[in-house]
Amino acid sequence: MAAVNQPALSVDDMRSTAQALRRDSLEMIFRAGSGHPGGSFSEMDILVALYFGILRYDAANPGWPERDRFILSKGHASPGFYAVLARAGYFDRAELASFRQTDGLLQGHAHPMTPGVEMNSGSLGMGLSFALGHALAARLDGRNYRVFALLGDGECQEGEIWEAAMSAAHHQANNLVAIVDRNRIQNDRFTDEVMTLEPLADRWRDFGWNVFHCDGHQHAAILDTLRQAMQSGPSVVIADTVKGKGVSFMENNPGFHGRAPNPDEYAAALDELAR
Amino acid sequence: MTTTRAMAAPRETYGRTLLTMAEDYPDIVVLGGDLNVSTFVHLWRDQYPDRFFDFGPAEQNIVGVAAGLAAAGKIPFVSTFSVFGTGRPYDQLRVLISQPSLNVKLVCTHAGILTGEDGMSAHSIEDLSLMCSLPSFRVVTPADSVETDRAVRAAAAIHGPVYVRLPRAATPVVHTDDYRFDLGQADTLRPGADVSIIAVGSLVAPALDAAAALASQSINARVINLHTLAPADTDAIVAAARETGAIVTAEEHYVHGGLGSVVAGVTARHCPVPIEMVALRGYTGSGPAYELMAKNGLTAAGIEQAALQVISRKTT
Repeated sequence: MAAVNQPALSVDDMRSTAQALRRDSLEMIFRAGSGHPGGSFSEMDILVALYFGILRYDAANPGWPERDRFILSKGHASPGFYAVLARAGYFDRAELASFRQTDGLLQGHAHPMTPGVEMNSGSLGMGLSFALGHALAARLDGRNYRVFALLGDGECQEGEIWEAAMSAAHHQANNLVAIVDRNRIQNDRFTDEVMTLEPLADRWRDFGWNVFHCDGHQHAAILDTLRQAMQSGPSVVIADTVKGKGVSFMENNPGFHGRAPNPDEYAAALDELAR
Repeated sequence: MTTTRAMAAPRETYGRTLLTMAEDYPDIVVLGGDLNVSTFVHLWRDQYPDRFFDFGPAEQNIVGVAAGLAAAGKIPFVSTFSVFGTGRPYDQLRVLISQPSLNVKLVCTHAGILTGEDGMSAHSIEDLSLMCSLPSFRVVTPADSVETDRAVRAAAAIHGPVYVRLPRAATPVVHTDDYRFDLGQADTLRPGADVSIIAVGSLVAPALDAAAALASQSINARVINLHTLAPADTDAIVAAARETGAIVTAEEHYVHGGLGSVVAGVTARHCPVPIEMVALRGYTGSGPAYELMAKNGLTAAGIEQAALQVISRKTT
Protein backbone atom coordinates (compact mmCIF):
# COMPACT_ATOMS: atom_id res chain seq x y z
CA MET A 1 0.00 0.00 0.00
CA ALA A 2 1.23 3.46 -0.86
CA ALA A 3 1.56 6.37 1.51
CA VAL A 4 -1.57 7.39 3.36
CA ASN A 5 -2.71 10.45 5.28
CA GLN A 6 -0.12 12.82 3.93
CA PRO A 7 0.47 14.52 6.24
CA ALA A 8 -1.47 13.52 9.33
CA LEU A 9 -2.10 16.39 11.70
CA SER A 10 -2.88 16.64 15.38
CA VAL A 11 -6.23 18.12 16.31
CA ASP A 12 -4.47 21.30 17.43
CA ASP A 13 -2.68 21.59 14.12
CA MET A 14 -5.93 20.97 12.29
CA ARG A 15 -7.40 24.10 13.82
CA SER A 16 -4.55 26.36 12.74
CA THR A 17 -4.37 24.66 9.35
CA ALA A 18 -8.06 25.26 8.75
CA GLN A 19 -7.64 28.96 9.55
CA ALA A 20 -4.67 29.23 7.19
CA LEU A 21 -6.60 27.48 4.43
CA ARG A 22 -9.58 29.79 4.96
CA ARG A 23 -7.16 32.65 4.30
CA ASP A 24 -5.96 30.92 1.13
CA SER A 25 -9.57 30.41 0.00
CA LEU A 26 -10.47 34.01 0.59
CA GLU A 27 -7.39 35.23 -1.24
CA MET A 28 -8.39 33.11 -4.26
CA ILE A 29 -11.90 34.54 -4.24
CA PHE A 30 -10.70 38.10 -3.76
CA ARG A 31 -8.17 37.85 -6.59
CA ALA A 32 -10.71 36.22 -8.93
CA GLY A 33 -13.37 38.74 -7.98
CA SER A 34 -15.93 35.97 -7.62
CA GLY A 35 -16.48 32.66 -5.87
CA HIS A 36 -18.20 31.19 -2.85
CA PRO A 37 -16.68 32.06 0.54
CA GLY A 38 -19.62 31.08 2.79
CA GLY A 39 -19.61 27.36 1.97
CA SER A 40 -15.83 27.23 1.65
CA PHE A 41 -15.57 28.34 5.26
CA SER A 42 -18.37 26.13 6.60
CA GLU A 43 -16.87 22.99 5.03
CA MET A 44 -13.25 23.73 5.89
CA ASP A 45 -13.00 21.90 9.22
CA ILE A 46 -14.67 18.84 7.73
CA LEU A 47 -12.22 18.81 4.81
CA VAL A 48 -9.21 19.27 7.06
CA ALA A 49 -10.35 16.40 9.29
CA LEU A 50 -10.86 14.19 6.25
CA TYR A 51 -7.63 14.97 4.42
CA PHE A 52 -5.35 15.03 7.45
CA GLY A 53 -6.99 12.40 9.61
CA ILE A 54 -9.21 10.00 7.69
CA LEU A 55 -8.56 9.62 3.97
CA ARG A 56 -6.01 7.23 2.50
CA TYR A 57 -4.46 8.74 -0.61
CA ASP A 58 -1.23 9.36 -2.42
CA ALA A 59 -1.09 12.92 -3.67
CA ALA A 60 1.78 12.04 -6.01
CA ASN A 61 -0.45 9.40 -7.61
CA PRO A 62 -3.97 10.83 -7.67
CA GLY A 63 -5.30 7.82 -9.61
CA TRP A 64 -4.07 5.25 -7.09
CA PRO A 65 -6.84 2.63 -7.41
CA GLU A 66 -6.96 1.92 -3.68
CA ARG A 67 -7.38 5.57 -2.68
CA ASP A 68 -10.36 6.57 -0.61
CA ARG A 69 -12.66 8.70 -2.70
CA PHE A 70 -13.72 12.15 -1.63
CA ILE A 71 -16.43 13.65 -3.81
CA LEU A 72 -17.32 17.31 -3.44
CA SER A 73 -20.92 17.40 -4.55
CA LYS A 74 -21.38 21.06 -3.58
CA GLY A 75 -18.85 22.01 -6.22
CA HIS A 76 -19.29 25.76 -5.80
CA ALA A 77 -17.36 25.47 -2.52
CA SER A 78 -14.26 24.79 -4.61
CA PRO A 79 -11.96 27.46 -3.10
CA GLY A 80 -11.93 25.68 0.25
CA PHE A 81 -11.43 22.35 -1.51
CA TYR A 82 -8.54 23.60 -3.65
CA ALA A 83 -6.77 25.11 -0.66
CA VAL A 84 -6.96 21.72 1.07
CA LEU A 85 -5.79 19.82 -2.03
CA ALA A 86 -2.77 22.11 -2.34
CA ARG A 87 -1.95 21.62 1.34
CA ALA A 88 -2.32 17.85 0.87
CA GLY A 89 0.26 17.98 -1.91
CA TYR A 90 -1.82 17.44 -5.05
CA PHE A 91 -0.40 20.61 -6.64
CA ASP A 92 1.70 23.59 -5.70
CA ARG A 93 0.13 26.28 -3.56
CA ALA A 94 1.13 28.85 -6.19
CA GLU A 95 -1.42 27.21 -8.46
CA LEU A 96 -4.19 28.70 -6.32
CA ALA A 97 -3.62 31.93 -8.26
CA SER A 98 -5.09 30.23 -11.35
CA PHE A 99 -8.54 29.93 -9.76
CA ARG A 100 -11.19 31.04 -12.29
CA GLN A 101 -8.50 32.28 -14.69
CA THR A 102 -8.45 31.51 -18.43
CA ASP A 103 -6.59 28.25 -19.05
CA GLY A 104 -6.11 27.88 -15.30
CA LEU A 105 -5.98 24.53 -13.55
CA LEU A 106 -8.61 25.49 -10.98
CA GLN A 107 -12.06 25.83 -12.52
CA GLY A 108 -14.84 27.88 -10.94
CA HIS A 109 -16.57 24.68 -9.99
CA ALA A 110 -14.40 21.64 -9.29
CA HIS A 111 -13.56 19.62 -12.42
CA PRO A 112 -11.42 16.45 -12.62
CA MET A 113 -8.80 18.26 -14.71
CA THR A 114 -7.49 19.30 -11.28
CA PRO A 115 -5.41 16.59 -9.56
CA GLY A 116 -7.34 15.22 -6.59
CA VAL A 117 -10.76 16.17 -7.95
CA GLU A 118 -12.87 13.09 -8.68
CA MET A 119 -16.03 14.59 -10.19
CA ASN A 120 -17.14 17.41 -12.43
CA SER A 121 -19.49 19.64 -10.47
CA GLY A 122 -21.53 22.79 -10.48
CA SER A 123 -24.98 21.33 -10.96
CA LEU A 124 -26.32 20.31 -7.59
CA GLY A 125 -27.56 16.90 -6.54
CA MET A 126 -25.20 14.70 -8.54
CA GLY A 127 -22.44 13.78 -6.12
CA LEU A 128 -24.18 11.08 -4.14
CA SER A 129 -25.04 9.11 -7.29
CA PHE A 130 -21.46 9.47 -8.52
CA ALA A 131 -20.15 8.38 -5.13
CA LEU A 132 -22.42 5.33 -5.22
CA GLY A 133 -20.88 4.41 -8.57
CA HIS A 134 -17.42 4.40 -6.98
CA ALA A 135 -18.75 2.46 -4.00
CA LEU A 136 -20.24 -0.24 -6.23
CA ALA A 137 -17.03 -0.39 -8.28
CA ALA A 138 -15.06 -1.10 -5.09
CA ARG A 139 -17.29 -4.09 -4.45
CA LEU A 140 -16.98 -5.34 -8.03
CA ASP A 141 -13.18 -5.04 -7.91
CA GLY A 142 -12.77 -6.41 -4.38
CA ARG A 143 -11.15 -3.19 -3.18
CA ASN A 144 -11.38 -1.82 0.33
CA TYR A 145 -11.52 1.90 -0.31
CA ARG A 146 -14.19 4.05 1.31
CA VAL A 147 -16.21 6.71 -0.46
CA PHE A 148 -17.12 10.06 1.09
CA ALA A 149 -19.47 12.59 -0.47
CA LEU A 150 -19.87 16.11 0.90
CA LEU A 151 -23.32 17.54 0.25
CA GLY A 152 -24.71 20.98 0.86
CA ASP A 153 -27.83 21.19 2.95
CA GLY A 154 -29.67 23.24 0.35
CA GLU A 155 -28.49 20.65 -2.15
CA CYS A 156 -30.62 18.07 -0.36
CA GLN A 157 -33.61 19.76 -1.98
CA GLU A 158 -32.55 18.11 -5.25
CA GLY A 159 -34.58 14.99 -6.05
CA GLU A 160 -31.55 13.07 -7.29
CA ILE A 161 -30.10 13.08 -3.77
CA TRP A 162 -33.04 11.00 -2.62
CA GLU A 163 -32.95 8.73 -5.67
CA ALA A 164 -29.34 8.05 -4.78
CA ALA A 165 -30.09 7.65 -1.07
CA MET A 166 -32.82 5.08 -1.78
CA SER A 167 -30.60 3.12 -4.15
CA ALA A 168 -27.49 3.19 -1.92
CA ALA A 169 -29.47 1.52 0.83
CA HIS A 170 -31.05 -0.94 -1.61
CA HIS A 171 -27.67 -1.90 -3.04
CA GLN A 172 -26.14 -2.07 0.45
CA ALA A 173 -23.33 0.37 -0.17
CA ASN A 174 -21.70 -0.14 3.21
CA ASN A 175 -18.52 1.65 2.12
CA LEU A 176 -20.35 4.94 1.48
CA VAL A 177 -20.48 7.92 3.85
CA ALA A 178 -22.36 11.12 3.04
CA ILE A 179 -21.63 14.29 4.98
CA VAL A 180 -24.13 17.13 5.00
CA ASP A 181 -22.63 20.57 5.55
CA ARG A 182 -25.61 21.80 7.55
CA ASN A 183 -24.92 25.52 7.53
CA ARG A 184 -28.61 26.42 7.17
CA ILE A 185 -28.07 28.93 4.37
CA GLN A 186 -28.39 28.43 0.63
CA ASN A 187 -27.98 30.74 -2.35
CA ASP A 188 -30.79 33.18 -1.70
CA ARG A 189 -31.75 32.80 1.94
CA PHE A 190 -31.90 30.54 4.98
CA THR A 191 -32.83 26.96 4.06
CA ASP A 192 -35.88 27.11 6.31
CA GLU A 193 -37.20 30.03 4.27
CA VAL A 194 -36.55 28.41 0.89
CA MET A 195 -37.64 24.81 1.54
CA THR A 196 -38.00 22.98 4.81
CA LEU A 197 -35.35 20.27 5.25
CA GLU A 198 -36.31 19.08 8.71
CA PRO A 199 -36.69 16.50 9.99
CA LEU A 200 -33.51 15.89 8.00
CA ALA A 201 -32.14 13.05 10.12
CA ASP A 202 -35.47 11.22 10.05
CA ARG A 203 -35.60 11.57 6.30
CA TRP A 204 -32.20 9.93 5.85
CA ARG A 205 -33.11 7.27 8.40
CA ASP A 206 -36.34 6.52 6.56
CA PHE A 207 -34.32 5.99 3.40
CA GLY A 208 -32.32 3.28 5.14
CA TRP A 209 -29.22 5.18 6.26
CA ASN A 210 -27.35 5.20 9.57
CA VAL A 211 -27.45 8.78 10.80
CA PHE A 212 -24.80 10.55 12.86
CA HIS A 213 -24.46 14.12 14.07
CA CYS A 214 -21.48 16.23 14.98
CA ASP A 215 -20.29 19.77 15.43
CA GLY A 216 -18.78 20.43 12.01
CA HIS A 217 -16.15 22.76 13.42
CA GLN A 218 -14.70 20.54 16.19
CA HIS A 219 -12.05 18.35 14.60
CA ALA A 220 -12.00 15.75 17.35
CA ALA A 221 -15.77 15.35 17.07
CA ILE A 222 -15.65 15.18 13.28
CA LEU A 223 -12.95 12.50 13.36
CA ASP A 224 -14.73 10.47 15.99
CA THR A 225 -18.06 10.65 14.18
CA LEU A 226 -16.61 9.79 10.78
CA ARG A 227 -14.86 6.75 12.27
CA GLN A 228 -18.15 5.56 13.68
CA ALA A 229 -19.95 6.26 10.41
CA MET A 230 -17.39 4.24 8.47
CA GLN A 231 -18.13 1.11 10.48
CA SER A 232 -21.26 0.22 8.54
CA GLY A 233 -22.81 2.24 5.78
CA PRO A 234 -24.48 3.74 4.06
CA SER A 235 -24.08 6.38 6.73
CA VAL A 236 -24.72 10.07 6.77
CA VAL A 237 -23.06 12.56 9.08
CA ILE A 238 -25.10 15.70 9.56
CA ALA A 239 -22.42 18.22 10.48
CA ASP A 240 -23.75 21.37 12.09
CA THR A 241 -21.75 24.22 10.70
CA VAL A 242 -21.78 27.99 10.41
CA LYS A 243 -21.85 29.54 6.96
CA GLY A 244 -18.89 31.87 6.63
CA LYS A 245 -17.26 30.37 9.74
CA GLY A 246 -14.29 32.36 11.02
CA VAL A 247 -15.19 35.85 9.84
CA SER A 248 -17.68 37.65 12.05
CA PHE A 249 -19.47 39.60 9.35
CA MET A 250 -19.67 36.61 7.02
CA GLU A 251 -20.92 34.17 9.64
CA ASN A 252 -24.55 33.21 9.21
CA ASN A 253 -24.88 35.85 6.50
CA PRO A 254 -26.65 34.72 3.28
CA GLY A 255 -24.99 37.65 1.51
CA PHE A 256 -21.67 35.79 1.43
CA HIS A 257 -22.88 32.55 -0.13
CA GLY A 258 -21.53 33.52 -3.51
CA ARG A 259 -19.79 36.84 -3.65
CA ALA A 260 -16.25 38.07 -3.26
CA PRO A 261 -15.36 40.52 -0.47
CA ASN A 262 -14.53 44.12 -1.39
CA PRO A 263 -11.04 45.35 -0.43
CA ASP A 264 -12.10 46.59 3.01
CA GLU A 265 -13.98 43.40 3.77
CA TYR A 266 -11.03 41.38 2.54
CA ALA A 267 -8.58 43.13 4.83
CA ALA A 268 -10.90 42.83 7.81
CA ALA A 269 -11.53 39.14 7.10
CA LEU A 270 -7.85 38.30 6.78
CA ASP A 271 -7.27 40.07 10.05
CA GLU A 272 -9.90 37.99 11.83
CA LEU A 273 -8.63 34.75 10.27
CA ALA A 274 -5.09 35.53 11.42
CA ARG A 275 -6.02 35.66 15.07
CA MET B 1 -41.75 -0.47 -54.97
CA THR B 2 -40.97 -2.33 -51.76
CA THR B 3 -38.41 -5.09 -51.42
CA THR B 4 -39.39 -7.89 -49.08
CA ARG B 5 -36.85 -8.14 -46.29
CA ALA B 6 -36.49 -10.22 -43.18
CA MET B 7 -37.56 -8.40 -40.02
CA ALA B 8 -35.57 -8.39 -36.78
CA ALA B 9 -35.73 -6.42 -33.53
CA PRO B 10 -32.55 -4.40 -32.91
CA ARG B 11 -33.23 -4.25 -29.17
CA GLU B 12 -33.24 -8.04 -28.92
CA THR B 13 -30.00 -8.14 -30.89
CA TYR B 14 -28.57 -5.60 -28.43
CA GLY B 15 -29.37 -7.81 -25.46
CA ARG B 16 -27.90 -10.89 -27.12
CA THR B 17 -24.78 -9.08 -28.35
CA LEU B 18 -24.06 -7.78 -24.86
CA LEU B 19 -24.08 -11.32 -23.52
CA THR B 20 -21.43 -12.38 -26.01
CA MET B 21 -19.10 -9.61 -24.79
CA ALA B 22 -19.24 -10.42 -21.09
CA GLU B 23 -16.03 -12.43 -20.97
CA ASP B 24 -13.98 -10.29 -23.33
CA TYR B 25 -14.93 -7.20 -21.36
CA PRO B 26 -14.87 -8.07 -17.65
CA ASP B 27 -15.38 -4.38 -16.81
CA ILE B 28 -18.77 -4.14 -18.52
CA VAL B 29 -21.58 -3.57 -16.05
CA VAL B 30 -25.20 -2.97 -17.02
CA LEU B 31 -27.54 -0.47 -15.39
CA GLY B 32 -31.27 -0.48 -15.92
CA GLY B 33 -34.36 1.37 -14.82
CA ASP B 34 -37.21 -1.11 -14.46
CA LEU B 35 -37.58 -1.56 -18.22
CA ASN B 36 -35.09 -4.36 -18.50
CA VAL B 37 -37.28 -6.88 -20.26
CA SER B 38 -38.25 -4.28 -22.85
CA THR B 39 -34.64 -3.26 -23.44
CA PHE B 40 -33.56 -6.92 -23.38
CA VAL B 41 -30.87 -6.39 -20.75
CA HIS B 42 -32.82 -8.83 -18.58
CA LEU B 43 -30.79 -11.46 -20.45
CA TRP B 44 -27.66 -9.99 -18.86
CA ARG B 45 -29.38 -9.43 -15.52
CA ASP B 46 -30.27 -13.09 -15.28
CA GLN B 47 -26.86 -14.35 -16.35
CA TYR B 48 -24.59 -11.80 -14.60
CA PRO B 49 -26.55 -10.58 -11.57
CA ASP B 50 -23.39 -9.31 -9.86
CA ARG B 51 -22.65 -7.07 -12.84
CA PHE B 52 -26.16 -5.68 -13.10
CA PHE B 53 -27.81 -2.88 -11.12
CA ASP B 54 -31.45 -1.87 -11.24
CA PHE B 55 -32.35 1.59 -10.02
CA GLY B 56 -36.00 1.75 -10.85
CA PRO B 57 -37.25 4.66 -12.94
CA ALA B 58 -34.76 7.16 -11.48
CA GLU B 59 -32.79 8.14 -14.56
CA GLN B 60 -30.83 11.02 -13.05
CA ASN B 61 -29.42 8.63 -10.48
CA ILE B 62 -28.77 5.88 -13.04
CA VAL B 63 -26.65 8.21 -15.13
CA GLY B 64 -24.87 9.59 -12.07
CA VAL B 65 -23.99 6.13 -10.79
CA ALA B 66 -22.82 5.14 -14.28
CA ALA B 67 -20.47 8.12 -14.29
CA GLY B 68 -18.99 7.06 -10.95
CA LEU B 69 -18.54 3.48 -12.15
CA ALA B 70 -16.85 4.72 -15.31
CA ALA B 71 -14.54 6.99 -13.32
CA ALA B 72 -13.55 3.90 -11.33
CA GLY B 73 -12.66 2.02 -14.52
CA LYS B 74 -15.87 0.17 -15.30
CA ILE B 75 -17.62 0.19 -18.69
CA PRO B 76 -21.24 0.92 -17.80
CA PHE B 77 -23.97 0.20 -20.34
CA VAL B 78 -27.07 2.18 -19.38
CA SER B 79 -30.31 1.08 -20.99
CA THR B 80 -33.80 2.40 -20.80
CA PHE B 81 -36.28 3.99 -23.20
CA SER B 82 -34.91 6.83 -25.28
CA VAL B 83 -37.29 9.44 -23.88
CA PHE B 84 -36.28 8.59 -20.32
CA GLY B 85 -32.58 8.04 -20.97
CA THR B 86 -31.85 11.28 -22.81
CA GLY B 87 -34.36 13.93 -21.76
CA ARG B 88 -34.76 13.22 -18.07
CA PRO B 89 -31.05 13.01 -17.15
CA TYR B 90 -29.78 15.48 -19.77
CA ASP B 91 -27.99 17.54 -17.13
CA GLN B 92 -26.25 14.49 -15.68
CA LEU B 93 -25.23 13.38 -19.19
CA ARG B 94 -23.81 16.85 -19.77
CA VAL B 95 -22.02 17.53 -16.49
CA LEU B 96 -21.01 14.08 -15.29
CA ILE B 97 -20.34 12.28 -18.58
CA SER B 98 -19.83 14.60 -21.55
CA GLN B 99 -17.73 17.30 -19.89
CA PRO B 100 -15.19 14.89 -18.36
CA SER B 101 -15.68 12.48 -21.33
CA LEU B 102 -16.31 9.39 -19.22
CA ASN B 103 -16.58 5.92 -20.70
CA VAL B 104 -20.35 5.40 -20.45
CA LYS B 105 -22.45 3.70 -23.13
CA LEU B 106 -26.06 4.85 -23.29
CA VAL B 107 -28.04 2.37 -25.38
CA CYS B 108 -31.66 3.41 -25.55
CA THR B 109 -34.55 1.55 -27.10
CA HIS B 110 -38.03 2.75 -28.08
CA ALA B 111 -36.64 5.75 -29.94
CA GLY B 112 -38.61 7.57 -32.62
CA ILE B 113 -42.34 7.09 -33.22
CA LEU B 114 -42.33 3.33 -33.73
CA THR B 115 -43.60 3.22 -30.14
CA GLY B 116 -46.86 4.00 -31.96
CA GLU B 117 -49.85 3.50 -29.73
CA ASP B 118 -48.10 4.68 -26.56
CA GLY B 119 -48.44 8.16 -27.95
CA MET B 120 -46.80 11.52 -27.84
CA SER B 121 -44.92 11.31 -24.55
CA ALA B 122 -43.44 7.95 -25.58
CA HIS B 123 -42.34 9.21 -29.00
CA SER B 124 -38.67 10.09 -28.76
CA ILE B 125 -38.24 12.60 -31.57
CA GLU B 126 -35.79 14.98 -29.90
CA ASP B 127 -33.11 12.57 -28.67
CA LEU B 128 -30.70 12.96 -31.58
CA SER B 129 -30.81 16.71 -31.15
CA LEU B 130 -30.13 16.42 -27.43
CA MET B 131 -27.32 13.92 -27.79
CA CYS B 132 -25.66 15.67 -30.76
CA SER B 133 -25.53 18.78 -28.58
CA LEU B 134 -23.17 17.06 -26.13
CA PRO B 135 -19.66 17.49 -27.54
CA SER B 136 -18.04 14.30 -26.22
CA PHE B 137 -20.77 11.88 -27.23
CA ARG B 138 -20.59 9.73 -30.32
CA VAL B 139 -24.14 9.27 -31.61
CA VAL B 140 -25.06 6.14 -33.55
CA THR B 141 -28.40 5.13 -35.11
CA PRO B 142 -28.13 1.59 -36.46
CA ALA B 143 -30.16 0.87 -39.57
CA ASP B 144 -31.03 -2.69 -38.62
CA SER B 145 -30.31 -5.60 -36.36
CA VAL B 146 -26.98 -6.46 -38.00
CA GLU B 147 -25.71 -2.93 -37.61
CA THR B 148 -26.93 -2.86 -34.02
CA ASP B 149 -24.64 -5.77 -33.22
CA ARG B 150 -21.67 -4.04 -34.85
CA ALA B 151 -22.42 -0.68 -33.23
CA VAL B 152 -22.67 -2.15 -29.75
CA ARG B 153 -19.35 -3.92 -30.20
CA ALA B 154 -17.76 -0.72 -31.50
CA ALA B 155 -19.15 1.21 -28.55
CA ALA B 156 -17.50 -1.17 -26.10
CA ALA B 157 -14.22 -1.15 -28.00
CA ILE B 158 -13.65 2.60 -27.95
CA HIS B 159 -13.06 4.79 -24.91
CA GLY B 160 -15.54 7.58 -24.33
CA PRO B 161 -19.25 8.22 -24.23
CA VAL B 162 -21.50 6.72 -26.91
CA TYR B 163 -25.24 6.99 -27.49
CA VAL B 164 -26.89 4.20 -29.48
CA ARG B 165 -30.46 4.79 -30.67
CA LEU B 166 -32.70 1.77 -31.18
CA PRO B 167 -36.41 1.40 -32.00
CA ARG B 168 -39.00 -0.76 -30.29
CA ALA B 169 -40.32 -2.35 -33.44
CA ALA B 170 -38.74 -5.03 -35.53
CA THR B 171 -37.22 -3.38 -38.60
CA PRO B 172 -36.20 -4.65 -42.04
CA VAL B 173 -32.74 -6.17 -42.26
CA VAL B 174 -30.72 -4.31 -44.86
CA HIS B 175 -27.22 -5.58 -44.15
CA THR B 176 -25.75 -8.99 -44.77
CA ASP B 177 -23.88 -10.86 -42.08
CA ASP B 178 -20.50 -9.86 -43.51
CA TYR B 179 -21.33 -6.17 -43.07
CA ARG B 180 -18.38 -4.12 -41.84
CA PHE B 181 -19.26 -1.19 -39.60
CA ASP B 182 -16.87 1.69 -39.07
CA LEU B 183 -18.01 4.14 -36.43
CA GLY B 184 -17.97 7.62 -37.93
CA GLN B 185 -17.68 6.33 -41.53
CA ALA B 186 -20.80 6.62 -43.68
CA ASP B 187 -22.05 3.43 -45.30
CA THR B 188 -22.86 3.90 -49.00
CA LEU B 189 -25.46 1.31 -49.86
CA ARG B 190 -26.09 2.25 -53.47
CA PRO B 191 -24.12 4.35 -55.96
CA GLY B 192 -25.81 7.12 -57.90
CA ALA B 193 -25.11 10.53 -59.43
CA ASP B 194 -28.50 12.24 -59.81
CA VAL B 195 -29.47 12.75 -56.19
CA SER B 196 -28.32 11.51 -52.78
CA ILE B 197 -30.63 10.07 -50.18
CA ILE B 198 -28.99 10.18 -46.78
CA ALA B 199 -30.94 8.21 -44.21
CA VAL B 200 -30.64 6.85 -40.68
CA GLY B 201 -32.26 4.08 -38.71
CA SER B 202 -35.71 2.98 -39.77
CA LEU B 203 -35.61 5.15 -42.91
CA VAL B 204 -32.64 3.35 -44.49
CA ALA B 205 -34.76 0.50 -45.89
CA PRO B 206 -37.38 2.92 -47.28
CA ALA B 207 -34.52 4.94 -48.79
CA LEU B 208 -33.36 1.86 -50.69
CA ASP B 209 -36.91 1.23 -51.86
CA ALA B 210 -37.25 4.84 -52.97
CA ALA B 211 -33.99 4.54 -54.92
CA ALA B 212 -35.32 1.46 -56.68
CA ALA B 213 -38.50 3.31 -57.62
CA LEU B 214 -36.47 6.27 -58.89
CA ALA B 215 -34.30 3.91 -60.97
CA SER B 216 -37.39 2.83 -62.88
CA GLN B 217 -37.73 6.51 -63.84
CA SER B 218 -34.08 6.56 -64.97
CA ILE B 219 -33.00 8.51 -61.89
CA ASN B 220 -29.91 7.14 -60.19
CA ALA B 221 -30.07 7.87 -56.49
CA ARG B 222 -27.10 7.38 -54.20
CA VAL B 223 -28.16 5.94 -50.84
CA ILE B 224 -26.04 6.67 -47.80
CA ASN B 225 -26.63 5.26 -44.35
CA LEU B 226 -25.23 7.96 -42.06
CA HIS B 227 -25.38 5.76 -38.97
CA THR B 228 -23.03 8.03 -37.02
CA LEU B 229 -24.27 11.61 -36.65
CA ALA B 230 -21.51 12.60 -34.25
CA PRO B 231 -18.85 12.69 -35.42
CA ALA B 232 -20.47 12.92 -38.85
CA ASP B 233 -18.63 11.71 -41.95
CA THR B 234 -18.08 15.13 -43.48
CA ASP B 235 -16.24 13.76 -46.50
CA ALA B 236 -19.14 11.51 -47.51
CA ILE B 237 -21.66 14.33 -47.14
CA VAL B 238 -19.56 16.78 -49.13
CA ALA B 239 -18.93 14.18 -51.85
CA ALA B 240 -22.67 13.51 -52.06
CA ALA B 241 -23.36 17.22 -52.46
CA ARG B 242 -20.60 17.76 -55.00
CA GLU B 243 -21.22 14.66 -57.07
CA THR B 244 -25.03 14.53 -57.09
CA GLY B 245 -25.98 18.19 -56.57
CA ALA B 246 -29.07 17.50 -54.46
CA ILE B 247 -29.76 15.73 -51.17
CA VAL B 248 -32.74 14.20 -49.42
CA THR B 249 -32.34 13.46 -45.73
CA ALA B 250 -34.64 10.89 -44.12
CA GLU B 251 -34.98 10.28 -40.40
CA GLU B 252 -37.55 9.22 -37.84
CA HIS B 253 -36.88 12.32 -35.72
CA TYR B 254 -37.97 15.92 -35.42
CA VAL B 255 -36.70 18.00 -38.34
CA HIS B 256 -34.65 20.16 -35.97
CA GLY B 257 -31.33 19.01 -34.61
CA GLY B 258 -30.98 15.55 -36.15
CA LEU B 259 -29.75 14.20 -39.48
CA GLY B 260 -31.19 17.01 -41.60
CA SER B 261 -29.53 19.66 -39.45
CA VAL B 262 -26.19 17.83 -39.51
CA VAL B 263 -26.21 17.45 -43.31
CA ALA B 264 -27.39 21.03 -43.85
CA GLY B 265 -24.66 22.30 -41.56
CA VAL B 266 -21.93 20.42 -43.41
CA THR B 267 -23.14 21.35 -46.90
CA ALA B 268 -23.69 25.00 -45.97
CA ARG B 269 -20.05 25.24 -44.98
CA HIS B 270 -18.51 23.19 -47.77
CA CYS B 271 -20.82 22.78 -50.77
CA PRO B 272 -24.33 24.26 -50.64
CA VAL B 273 -26.91 22.29 -52.62
CA PRO B 274 -30.72 21.98 -52.42
CA ILE B 275 -31.87 19.72 -49.59
CA GLU B 276 -35.27 18.26 -48.81
CA MET B 277 -35.80 16.82 -45.35
CA VAL B 278 -38.07 13.87 -44.71
CA ALA B 279 -38.60 14.14 -40.98
CA LEU B 280 -41.24 14.85 -38.38
CA ARG B 281 -42.60 18.38 -38.38
CA GLY B 282 -43.93 18.17 -34.86
CA TYR B 283 -45.61 15.81 -32.44
CA THR B 284 -47.87 13.05 -33.65
CA GLY B 285 -50.42 11.18 -31.57
CA SER B 286 -51.17 7.54 -30.84
CA GLY B 287 -51.63 5.01 -33.59
CA PRO B 288 -50.20 1.82 -35.04
CA ALA B 289 -46.49 2.40 -35.67
CA TYR B 290 -46.40 2.11 -39.43
CA GLU B 291 -49.66 4.07 -39.80
CA LEU B 292 -47.93 6.91 -37.99
CA MET B 293 -44.93 6.60 -40.29
CA ALA B 294 -47.25 6.85 -43.32
CA LYS B 295 -49.23 9.72 -41.83
CA ASN B 296 -46.01 11.66 -41.41
CA GLY B 297 -44.56 10.82 -44.80
CA LEU B 298 -41.79 8.65 -43.38
CA THR B 299 -42.07 6.12 -46.19
CA ALA B 300 -40.40 5.11 -49.44
CA ALA B 301 -43.05 7.10 -51.30
CA GLY B 302 -42.36 10.14 -49.15
CA ILE B 303 -38.64 9.90 -49.85
CA GLU B 304 -39.27 9.39 -53.58
CA GLN B 305 -41.43 12.52 -53.69
CA ALA B 306 -38.79 14.49 -51.84
CA ALA B 307 -36.17 13.28 -54.31
CA LEU B 308 -38.20 14.46 -57.30
CA GLN B 309 -38.78 17.76 -55.53
CA VAL B 310 -35.11 18.35 -54.74
CA ILE B 311 -34.03 17.38 -58.26
CA SER B 312 -36.42 20.04 -59.61
CA ARG B 313 -34.57 22.58 -57.50
CA LYS B 314 -31.16 21.75 -58.97
CA THR B 315 -29.72 24.78 -60.75
CA THR B 316 -27.78 22.96 -63.43
